[in-house]
Amino acid sequence: MKVTNPFKRLFADAPLATRGEITPKLGFALVVLIAAIWLIPFLWMGVATLRPPSDGINLMAELMPSFKPTLDNIRDAWEIGDFPRYFLNTTIICTGILLVQFVTVTLAGFAFARLSFAGKTLIFYLFLMQLMLVPVLLIVPNLTLVATLGLYDTLTGVMMPFFASAFGTFLMRQAFEAIPTELEDAALIDGASVFQRIRNIYVPLSLPSFSAFAIVSVTSHWNDFLWPLMVINSPDKRPLTVGLSVFTKTAEGTQAWGTIAAGTLIVIAPLLVTFLIFQKRFISSFVTSGIK
Amino acid sequence: MSLAEPAALPVAASAPPRLHILKRFSAGFKASLPAYLLLLPSLVFLALFTYGAMGRVFVDALYARATPKAPVRFVGLDNIAAVLADPAFAGAVVNNLIYAVGTAIPSIGLALLFALALARTNVITSALRAALFLPVLIPMVAASALFLFIFLPNVGLLDYYIGRLLPVLPNWLGDPDVALYAIMVITIWKNAGYYMLFFLAGLQAVPEDVMEAAHLDGASPWQRLRHIILPELRPTFLFVTVIATLNAVTQVDHVFVMTQGGPSNATNLVLFYVYQQAVEHYDIGKASAATLLTLAALMALTALSFRSIAKREGGP
Repeated sequence: MKVTNPFKRLFADAPLATRGEITPKLGFALVVLIAAIWLIPFLWMGVATLRPPSDGINLMAELMPSFKPTLDNIRDAWEIGDFPRYFLNTTIICTGILLVQFVTVTLAGFAFARLSFAGKTLIFYLFLMQLMLVPVLLIVPNLTLVATLGLYDTLTGVMMPFFASAFGTFLMRQAFEAIPTELEDAALIDGASVFQRIRNIYVPLSLPSFSAFAIVSVTSHWNDFLWPLMVINSPDKRPLTVGLSVFTKTAEGTQAWGTIAAGTLIVIAPLLVTFLIFQKRFISSFVTSGIK
Repeated sequence: MSLAEPAALPVAASAPPRLHILKRFSAGFKASLPAYLLLLPSLVFLALFTYGAMGRVFVDALYARATPKAPVRFVGLDNIAAVLADPAFAGAVVNNLIYAVGTAIPSIGLALLFALALARTNVITSALRAALFLPVLIPMVAASALFLFIFLPNVGLLDYYIGRLLPVLPNWLGDPDVALYAIMVITIWKNAGYYMLFFLAGLQAVPEDVMEAAHLDGASPWQRLRHIILPELRPTFLFVTVIATLNAVTQVDHVFVMTQGGPSNATNLVLFYVYQQAVEHYDIGKASAATLLTLAALMALTALSFRSIAKREGGP
């Protein structure tokens, strides 16, 4: 049967839980309404960014775009905040964390997936504990440690607590376990070392898991605020989040809301654009992640 | 799992027990060495920043900070007593409890609603999922910058559009009775789309044939939701509740950007209190004591759900 009315098709696709009743239409309509509300802050950000400052504070909340859009706010924001520097710092932090994590989680994931060793269960639970002990709660002792190591006010200090990842280890363990042992046996007969087997068999066959882990890791560290705020003191080492908070403070005093909107847009645009391009991959990565 | 445990291996009765255990131990260690080396890089960082940090919180909580007159000195449980007696800490705990319950329940409820409405995949539901997921991706600091304007008195978005309908306009972030609820709105906005993903994943585990059968038997949507879907989603609920609780204690970026814990400590949360003690008052002892109390509360809570999460992850 061909459904011609697009709305009928829409409701035919409603979940099994509620299909074919009056509730799904109401429930679905409610979710559409909420989704629209959810987008309002983004809409305001876009509209306010393009609104000429001459419109004044009283029109600032108007969600109807201005008929004379301007890029002045973006230019102002770009001049007030040191955004290229913030981008560079955040990129260095996320890349640095990810590269080290790739090494640590691959090695540990392989050990858990393929080797049997004394104390495996105990060590497994030691890893599991990291998922419970959210790093952000341990900022005070970790700040002391980073200072002791002479890493206060360095990007390395910002990165270091995240070099090991229990979540990444478990994710890689799962990926490696799914790889048939026959492949490895063949390599073993050829006399391949542990590292050769990891490099040539396990890593290439687990790329989807690596990319899922990369997405979750980069997203979460791109957005980190409290930890870099505590570790970083010099303005030129600020990541995007800390930069934006300083920028907002400054612009708030002068009521430059168009500039704040523009600054926020600059900060969130890269991740949002990446998300819109790789939507499916992002969403499935977050589902697999479970625990960040 | 049993292969990993040397204790699980049978011990020959004839061998001298002591020597045998030592031999076994060294043989076990030798066999395990490659695994230990592979785990070493991770364990070094975990030891430093997780277990070591835990240990330092314990130790630091027992010492008083150095003053111009006295060096660092051991004070036992004084810091913990001082934190417990501090009305600001008690206020932060109460705020955090209100904040946790008041953000977890609405965001989990919304997440379930979103997931139920958007379970089927088509162009429209994908777009709606994306819209609801967008706030998850932006830094809390950026969300705070946007909501600063939304909550701005008189000219802000909220007052401009809705405030005109209200007889009295509250100063959303400036009124101690309202500010905590205002920052809760941001958290709900930011997290509901994240929890939605787990419910969407959980819904896929609901067996289609059972749903189909219930449908044919004339079960109402509510009956199907209550008797089939919700029981099936129980692990998801537990899991999301743990995440939401952790988030309520660890997400304080908006407090930094928007209210600094004010007005009159109305939005002071436990982690912000820790930050204030450590960074503003340089009182590591008191900050550690507060961290310790928070950790203890969270550990007790997560211990309750530990089994189910361990099950979810699967043993080694």
